[in-house]
Amino acid sequence: MVLVFAEASNGKFKKAAFEAVTYGAKTAAALGTECHALTLGEADAAGELGRYGAQKVYHLNAPELATFDSAVYTAAIAGAAQAIGAKVIVLMHNSTGKNLVGRLAARLEAGSAPGVNALPKVEGGKFTVRKAVFSGKAFAEVEILTDYKIISLAGNSIPVEESGAAVAVESLNVALPAPKTKVLETKRAEGITPLPEAELVVSGGRGLKGPENWGVITDLADALGATTACSRPVADVHWRPHHEHVGQTGVAIRPNLYIAAGISGAIQHLAGVNSSKTIVVINKDPEAPFFKAADYGVVGDLFEVLPRLTEAIKKHKGV
Amino acid sequence: MKLLVCVSKTPETTTKIQLTPDQAALDERGVNYIMNPYDEWYALVRAMELKEAVGGTVTLLNVGPADNDAVIRKGLAIGADDAIRVDATEGGSLFIARQIAAQAKEGAYDIIFFGKETIDCNGSEVGAMVAELLDLAYVGDASKLEVNGTAATVTRDIEGGVQVVEVNTPFALSAAKGMAEQRIPNMRGIMMAKTKPLKVVPAVEASPTTRVQHYDLPPAKSAVRLIDPENMDELVRLLHEEAKVI
Ligand SMILES: Cc1cc2nc3c(=O)[nH]c(=O)nc-3n(C[C@H](O)[C@H](O)[C@H](O)COP(=O)(O)OP(=O)(O)OC[C@H]3O[C@@H](n4cnc5c(N)ncnc54)[C@H](O)[C@@H]3O)c2cc1C
Ligand SMILES: Cc1cc2nc3c(=O)[nH]c(=O)nc-3n(C[C@H](O)[C@H](O)[C@H](O)COP(=O)(O)OP(=O)(O)OC[C@H]3O[C@@H](n4cnc5c(N)ncnc54)[C@H](O)[C@@H]3O)c2cc1C
Repeated sequence: MVLVFAEASNGKFKKAAFEAVTYGAKTAAALGTECHALTLGEADAAGELGRYGAQKVYHLNAPELATFDSAVYTAAIAGAAQAIGAKVIVLMHNSTGKNLVGRLAARLEAGSAPGVNALPKVEGGKFTVRKAVFSGKAFAEVEILTDYKIISLAGNSIPVEESGAAVAVESLNVALPAPKTKVLETKRAEGITPLPEAELVVSGGRGLKGPENWGVITDLADALGATTACSRPVADVHWRPHHEHVGQTGVAIRPNLYIAAGISGAIQHLAGVNSSKTIVVINKDPEAPFFKAADYGVVGDLFEVLPRLTEAIKKHKGV
Repeated sequence: MKLLVCVSKTPETTTKIQLTPDQAALDERGVNYIMNPYDEWYALVRAMELKEAVGGTVTLLNVGPADNDAVIRKGLAIGADDAIRVDATEGGSLFIARQIAAQAKEGAYDIIFFGKETIDCNGSEVGAMVAELLDLAYVGDASKLEVNGTAATVTRDIEGGVQVVEVNTPFALSAAKGMAEQRIPNMRGIMMAKTKPLKVVPAVEASPTTRVQHYDLPPAKSAVRLIDPENMDELVRLLHEEAKVI
């Protein structure tokens, strides 16, 4: 059996949860077994996960699960897997998943693969997954050797697919330990799709010259409905908040579209963005290394090109 | 405070990744190794700052072969008091975590620091594994740490924001950008590092849980298609009709 931990954020499921359930359902089909989903804490309409292929959906809600604690969530997920006899556990490769994959692997003495980006290969009794290594500069095919297998799915790796219908939500009895941490505060920029989940990203570098010039980036992002990002030096000098920093030492992203303006394309920057499906580079220097990694390039002054692109997008959208 | 900082060795960030002809491993010719940046810049430096503020010791721990000693000495030059290397040639996150857990248990540390992830395997899991093995609280992707006696406030990065968490020692965390600023070792530190204790201990038994079958490189990008900077309608058309991303 495959168990998917589908995380809800403020009670709502996001696309990444549907991707994980889709992944779990396809993995279960390859293994000739069922896919069940589990959600913890506050969650609305969990039965909807059935649409993406979960044959059963369990919802556990207890005071200990109201805020995130890695030890409690681990006990809940491992306990649920044991209760239903699931051997493959699929999580989302986000901040929650990163706190859980290792704990679950240690608890269940399982092989783990954080951040897989394709469906597993199931052949001749072997279970092999694919993940990016060397910060996106290479891929590894990793065989999981143990009975229990813990996988987290990198966002935007597989398309969400509907293959079923909503199901009734069931409860489960799992013993939970007392939390070891207490959440004091959660601060989130409202109304913006966070970078790791964004399908469209517009990013600016030192070529912008200063924070006062960011309007050309945010105007384009607004027109597209994209999330904004930046290169590391830009975040280092606080032109932009540090959660916008993408690259090897920042957020690693894999959007459908990455538009980079005034960014030279240093190897450490590319490491975090080269899994993007389509890359557009705008730079006044035709020799900028980023053009080698780009699908589409515009050699020109970003202060002229970006507003033109924004207008063209608005025209395309009929605004 | 007794602080433990787990450090790994990774290829330098500008390394051009090339594989051996059988694609079974990284072609190590010409590769320079460094201390994993998250471990050095953020975990180790924050541990040093805490030691400077409240007293105590900073111990480095690495699991790996004798080649790793240069990286460990760099950590000692930055200011750690002593170091342990668990002598091992095998890898695998859970294997490494079991080695760290065995040492950490013996040392009874107040805080165990990890990096957010290694920049070679990008696992982001060893710290959480150790926490589970030792039944400790764990806070991943921590960008800020304040300690007040046995209580600590840790800020962790979450999608599009942060979460502030209260935790008591002993606990484990993984350090992300923001936790501290990189420190360059000075001459005195480098000289002193040569005589600081580096204990080498044998590995405990642990069987492998994963095996890398092979590596491959991303397919070469086809040449960039240049668009006339005056004609952004054409770019929009291509993004819509050809790339199908908008
Ligand atoms: C260990 C390590 C880790 C690192 N990690 C990261 C990381 O995670 N992310 C990251 O981004 N960097 C990282 N870096 C830094 C990286 O090496 C580069 O220094 C950085 O990416 C450069 O940022 P940039 O492209 O914005 O600036 P620059 O390299 O200065 O490039 C600015 C570009 O703007 C162009 N430009 C200027 N004016 C205009 C204009 N009017 N119109 C159009 N184009 C214009 C220029 O031609 C130039 O190409 C790391 C470095 C190290 C050593
Ligand atoms: C080229 C290559 C080949 C590999 N081959 C195999 C293989 O055949 N089989 C296999 O199972 N695995 C293999 N691995 C994986 C590897 O052995 C470990 O899994 C890996 O070093 C741990 O990395 P991680 O990304 O999971 O660590 P993360 O979980 O990302 O590390 C988080 C933190 O844990 C600490 N940490 C990590 N490693 C160590 C360490 N060695 N000593 C002390 N602290 C540490 C650091 O603080 C680090 O920042 C290979 C890795 C590479 C790069």
